[in-house]
Amino acid sequence: MKKGKVSIREHGLVPKHEIMEGGEVKELLEKYKIKKEQLPKIKSSDPVIKEIKAVMGDVVKIKRRSRTAGKFISYRLVIE
Amino acid sequence: MEMRVAAKGKEEVAKELVRGEVEEETAERIKEDFMLVELTVGLDELLELEIEEEYAEDILMMQGRREEGEVKLGDIELKVNKSEIPEKVKEELKEKLRAVRTKLSVEKLDAILNKVEGKYEKAKVEPREAVGIVAAQSIGEPGTQMTLRTFHYAGVGAIYITLGLPRIIEIVDARKKPSTPAMKIKLAEEYASDRTKAEGLAMEIEETYIQDMGKVEASTEDMSVWVSLKEKELKRRHLEREEVEEKIKDIGTDVLVEAVEDGKLRIHAKNNLYHELLRLEAKVSNKLVTGIEGIKRVIVRKDTDGEYMLYTEGSALKKIRGIEGVDFRRTTTNNIAEIAEVLGIEAARNAIIEEMMDTLEEQGLDVDARHVTLIADAMTMDGEVKQIGRHGLAGEKASVLSRAAFEVTVDNLLEAAMYGETDKLKGVTESVIVGQPIKLGTGAVELVAR
Repeated sequence: MKKGKVSIREHGLVPKHEIMEGGEVKELLEKYKIKKEQLPKIKSSDPVIKEIKAVMGDVVKIKRRSRTAGKFISYRLVIE
Repeated sequence: MEMRVAAKGKEEVAKELVRGEVEEETAERIKEDFMLVELTVGLDELLELEIEEEYAEDILMMQGRREEGEVKLGDIELKVNKSEIPEKVKEELKEKLRAVRTKLSVEKLDAILNKVEGKYEKAKVEPREAVGIVAAQSIGEPGTQMTLRTFHYAGVGAIYITLGLPRIIEIVDARKKPSTPAMKIKLAEEYASDRTKAEGLAMEIEETYIQDMGKVEASTEDMSVWVSLKEKELKRRHLEREEVEEKIKDIGTDVLVEAVEDGKLRIHAKNNLYHELLRLEAKVSNKLVTGIEGIKRVIVRKDTDGEYMLYTEGSALKKIRGIEGVDFRRTTTNNIAEIAEVLGIEAARNAIIEEMMDTLEEQGLDVDARHVTLIADAMTMDGEVKQIGRHGLAGEKASVLSRAAFEVTVDNLLEAAMYGETDKLKGVTESVIVGQPIKLGTGAVELVAR
């Protein structure tokens, strides 16, 4: 059994996660008139978050594949 | 630059487009519409700026315009991409528009797009609609038609997988481990096309204990445990007698293993205590020789694409990653907690949707994916998989009355009283209890006189 690990980000179930820039986050929050804390959360211990090296307080942009819409962009706030 | 102007064939146009990072398929299609000279300006710009594909296409489309009124494939691409509709609708619309392109004019195209945008806007759910309740009803009603039987053939050998209502309950309860964990392992190319290789891999990951390889006996006569390995089992698993011997030695530093002439292994007990001997016997029997712990059985099957793949009873996603021959990217398990741990919350969300939709579809029920998606979203909101119920979503509601109305009424009221909680009476349940209009749908809007 040789070890040749593939990145979990390549797994079919894992959508693309991206750390958002400060300006982008501001724009997003203004668009929906919400505070950062009202976004869905993702833990800093999440394996994908660890791989992309996001830290607490970052907002990640998630490009999901949707059954109905084809592509759908979602956001999560990194916590703990 | 000059070289580019010189080459005029349609193929060259396509090649240039591909070079400009336009998808090959799109390039093939739009090459018919453009002359190379028309492309050069746009292409140079896009190569320099490394513009995103969509934007690059836009530029190319603009460059290609010759007469007003005539609709080109480029127009369709550009205008549809710019419209405010979801990706999937865009693709479908493009496909249909391309088919009738020659009958279109720019005005007609605009009119169609306007109509589609309008229809899409109308199809959106209204603000303040109680989507959660609609989702619950939409899954609950067909749920009454589901089998209550826990087990069902999955069509794969003799591996049983929980299906039907019990499986749905298992998913929304966010159990740490499903009642019948199972994996679907896809294989790397060379293994997927070769049955022998696939079977070899199956043997490699199936957990095998000493007791599966032969007889383990404790003898009180000489206070030792005797192991007689079966030649057939050794051969089947491509193992050497010495390898197994080494494995037994791993049990402890003070274990004395002795190979006796007739192929038997003698393991001496530390002392002459009977219970020590029995403990040693159990330890030897349950020593893992090969395979991955937790994978009880592996079955090789051909999938619908003609690829060999492995179905397992038992699940160990973390350990399967990095094993040669396994295509981890396409390997899944029905253990959602495991997916959350290994692949993260977003993968868990996808797994919840896939598992629920598959279970519903297997029962012949047609539930809109959006209801299931909403449930998955609610369950994964806080970054971890939460159950729908007292210990999860419902237990975290802000309102005391709402929680008390759901389950364990007295406990909830007592606790709330102890901590002096306040109920703002904003939710549905609270409103029903105190008899005020529910803040949902039309009840959520108020008129203000100025």
